[in-house]
Amino acid sequence: MNQKNPLAGFRDGLGRFGDAVHDRWLSTPGWQRWVLYVLLIVGALLLPSESLAPIMSPYTDWATILFFPIGTYVVLAIGLNVVVGQAGLLDLGFVAFYAVGGYAMALIGTRLGWNFWLILVVGIGICALSGLTLGAPTLRLRGDYLAIVTLGFGEIIRITARNTDEIGGPNGIRGIPHPPSIEDFSLFGVNFSEVFGVDPFKYGNLNTHPYYYLLVALAVIVIILVKRWEKSRVGRAWAAIREDEDAAEVMGVPTFRFKLLAFAIGASIGGAMGVLWAAKSISINPNDFQFLLSATILAAVVMGGSGNLPGVMLGAFLVAWLPERFRGLQEYRMLIFGAVLVALMIFRPEGLLPSRQRKAELQEGTGGMGTLGAEVPGPDSQVEEVASK
Amino acid sequence: MLNDFINQFWPATIDGLAFGSIYALIALGYTMVYGVLRLINFAHSEVFMIGTFGAMLVPFVFGINSPLTGIALVGVVVAMILAGMLASAGTAIALERIAYRPLRKRGASRLAALISAIGASIFLQELFALLVIPEVFNRPEQGRIQMALPRLMERSELFSIFGHPVRIDQIFVILAAIGMMIALDALVNRSKIGRGIRATAQNPEAAVLMGVDINRIVRMTFLIGGGMAGVAGALYLISYENTHYFVGFLFGIKAFTAAVLGGIGNLRGALVGGITLGLVENYGAIFFGSDWKHVISFTILVLVLMFRPTGILGESLQQARA
Amino acid sequence: MRPKTARLGGVLAAGVALTLGLAACGDGGTEATPAEGGSSAAAPGTIKLGFMGDLTGANAGIVIPPRNGAKLVINEYNKTNPAVKIELVEYDSQADPSKAVALAQQAIKTDKIVGLIGPAFSGESAQVAPVLEEAKLPSVSASATNAALSANGWKYWHRVLPSDNVQGPGIGDFIATGLAAKHVFVIDDKSEYGKPLADAVKSALEAKSVKLTTDSLDPTESDFSSVVNKVAAAKPDAIFFGGYYAAGGNLLKQLRDKGVKDAKFLSGDGSLDKGLIDGAGAANAEGALVGCPCYIATPDVTDAKVKAFADSYKAAYSADPAIYAAEGYDAATVFVEAIKAGNTTAEKINEFIATVDFAGVSKQVKFEANGEVSAKDIYIYQVKDGAIGLLGKANEAKLG
Repeated sequence: MNQKNPLAGFRDGLGRFGDAVHDRWLSTPGWQRWVLYVLLIVGALLLPSESLAPIMSPYTDWATILFFPIGTYVVLAIGLNVVVGQAGLLDLGFVAFYAVGGYAMALIGTRLGWNFWLILVVGIGICALSGLTLGAPTLRLRGDYLAIVTLGFGEIIRITARNTDEIGGPNGIRGIPHPPSIEDFSLFGVNFSEVFGVDPFKYGNLNTHPYYYLLVALAVIVIILVKRWEKSRVGRAWAAIREDEDAAEVMGVPTFRFKLLAFAIGASIGGAMGVLWAAKSISINPNDFQFLLSATILAAVVMGGSGNLPGVMLGAFLVAWLPERFRGLQEYRMLIFGAVLVALMIFRPEGLLPSRQRKAELQEGTGGMGTLGAEVPGPDSQVEEVASK
Repeated sequence: MLNDFINQFWPATIDGLAFGSIYALIALGYTMVYGVLRLINFAHSEVFMIGTFGAMLVPFVFGINSPLTGIALVGVVVAMILAGMLASAGTAIALERIAYRPLRKRGASRLAALISAIGASIFLQELFALLVIPEVFNRPEQGRIQMALPRLMERSELFSIFGHPVRIDQIFVILAAIGMMIALDALVNRSKIGRGIRATAQNPEAAVLMGVDINRIVRMTFLIGGGMAGVAGALYLISYENTHYFVGFLFGIKAFTAAVLGGIGNLRGALVGGITLGLVENYGAIFFGSDWKHVISFTILVLVLMFRPTGILGESLQQARA
Repeated sequence: MRPKTARLGGVLAAGVALTLGLAACGDGGTEATPAEGGSSAAAPGTIKLGFMGDLTGANAGIVIPPRNGAKLVINEYNKTNPAVKIELVEYDSQADPSKAVALAQQAIKTDKIVGLIGPAFSGESAQVAPVLEEAKLPSVSASATNAALSANGWKYWHRVLPSDNVQGPGIGDFIATGLAAKHVFVIDDKSEYGKPLADAVKSALEAKSVKLTTDSLDPTESDFSSVVNKVAAAKPDAIFFGGYYAAGGNLLKQLRDKGVKDAKFLSGDGSLDKGLIDGAGAANAEGALVGCPCYIATPDVTDAKVKAFADSYKAAYSADPAIYAAEGYDAATVFVEAIKAGNTTAEKINEFIATVDFAGVSKQVKFEANGEVSAKDIYIYQVKDGAIGLLGKANEAKLG
């Protein structure tokens, strides 16, 4: 790139600022980090405040969209990030696991009448198992073959649910039980519903706050686990597979087993969110699990910065929030959303908050997922370079 | 059950061939772009959609609303195919220029290109639903409602196989699709540009060193793939006589499946994959019911890939001498 | 009735935002808990009613007429200069249940409506009704026909038209008796609306020991040849399609093109739209029959009340009243009557609705305890000379 335009300058400036923040973070002492973590969680819990509603969501109920789509997308994106961002497996059917979790909650809850917490555990197990079942025959496929097979799997799950009358067919399932409520919750003599105006553990239809708190708790647990995995031997194995599967295999990484593990973990996270979502939604039906949800979550992951957790969460937040916030743009909001997606990829292909590693790869010219036309030199840029080699 | 299959075998075969040819024409676009760039052009479904509307423009502009015969019919059909090709090829070129080339320039990951394609796809759908259909086709507030094409070609019976009539429009679709395939095969195998495409698919860096203009090749690839989708759009419109802003979605997924089934990157694979998919769907529907069609096609895909991980005819453009 | 084919991927469907009266959230800080069916927020002398449905998606064609009907009543009422005026707030759910829930919460907490006309379709109704139930907010739908909705014990939910459990047998009996068909091919579109309706038709036909053959199709496809081939092989006397007009029109055309010429083609309320004729082509659609629990006034209607409605509708929107327009008018009338009688809180209005009994445009409006309307008439319409005309009540209609 010979010519520098102002936009590129802005972009580089943003990148440098990000680096500075990141350096600062790395040298921050442990206790300060913990303070920040606690502040972030408290901030997340205070987010559904009605005082934010006129700014954040003047057209729909803020607390409700904070659970779905915003919160739901964030958790799903964290799950998909394990598969796509960390292990480098292109999954276009992530919605399948969300659906399996949702149906697990709906079926067990209505047929067997189990408790929500028990179903959550069982549902996660079922989803992990379905991740393994899908992964075992297909994970030997590489790259784009995996993409179409996972896409097909997502559709198979949806259509099978639609065509099977025993699980409600196109009507889906209604009357899904809510989690057991604790009414008039008080802590240290403080009655929450009197003081804060919200009963945090009363799961009804009208008030979305309790579900949102549950979602925050789920997100926090998932983030902790995912972070631990990322920094362990497992995370390093994933990175190795992502960068070069053959090399990883030669170096003694059991690639198939680790890919399967990534699939199962991603599936469990998607499934847990499915269970929670179904418990809130009262009724589910197969149309809730369209391919477009998979595509949207993938867009969130890539847009935020594949592989970097804060980036992925930011991406999911924006993808879910922007269309709701700008309902005022009326019909044109999706048109604009599409254009923004393209523009963002042109100006910041590494995502809004990329992981440093990914950014370094980009500068080197080989993205982790394999560069678009890795073998094809870009127009007017690297041709000379190639020639000089 | 078996009885049903025997009864419906011939009509299912004819319908499967006609529909499969349309899949195959669209699949060509996926396969060519993949062969050269290793990129799933997800916005190709919209290239097809725009082809149907391009073709729709011809009868719309000329105000045709009754069946035609003779020279007039031939003229209108040829004009529709050309208009479809023009609209689709133009869209494909614009896509390459706007949504992909800047990414290639920056060495972005293929994942970023995928998202860019999804964004472009959303944009084009909405553009048609909000602006093009209401304004150009003069259907205010009906941008999301299916648009019907008046009947152009009387659907007379051409001949019959074992008592099952075969209509002229079905034969026309199959012949036109096969004709396009043969022409494309010749183009890729015999022309200079075809040699460039094959060389780039085989080894881009070597191709550059041999003096191939990569950007021109990429542009041509999108142009040809888009043109084929345009033909598919026109043929679809002529045989099903309706289209809407979302028509590309399902065709895109199916055609991509067909491309992978046949062996992505392989031109003859697209034909084999498309026809196979069209037939398998129709045969499967007889046994399992039409609502299981998609499940049948995806299951076949998974089975084929498990035993032949690079599709029926194998992967690369140059190996199969396409 | 309609779920989300149109959603064709929910996130994508674009939508018009709420166009009316949403600026009123000035005191946003105070409302952590919703007021019980609140009636306090609106300016004195004005109370708010909501209308919820897919106002901009692919199925807006069957939601806009009832919206227009409802608007008509409210404008008429406001013109009389009453002490309490009514403002109609529109909620465009795009037939997406999760959007509908978020909008309902907004309607309850921020806009403080006292009653809701809608939700228009069954899928969104299944999710929104429990929320309204907990908020003690009455709703009257003008178009949700899924039979299971009334089986939930909801006290604040009503609909002003009979369910698919009435429509299905109505059409089934018409096929077996009115058409005297011996062999019927029943097709559904595997949607939340089409499948239960087709099932209800099937069981009505089975009861009359009519021979049945069945298949399903995917309405997002355009090629129905596998279904058509089955029909051609089965050679039925009549074909019933449970689904929407877009797929219905294409199916009908492909059937006729494949030489299935003599079998009568029937469908339900989702296909009662000019789109059926556009999709199939006028020649192919000729003679097609469509059943509906709705009443559409024909130009030659004699009943004074219906004529007055049709005339004022035409004057206001320069179009003849279309599907569910009369039902939308009646649903809004229920609320207007309640408010006229001096009930201005949600709770009081709901009590009044239980006792309501008046002659509406579409039928005598009176609700049963489960929220169903008492009148159970199904009407049969027929395509004639490229237009849809009323044939008569299902139990009386005869082919001319």
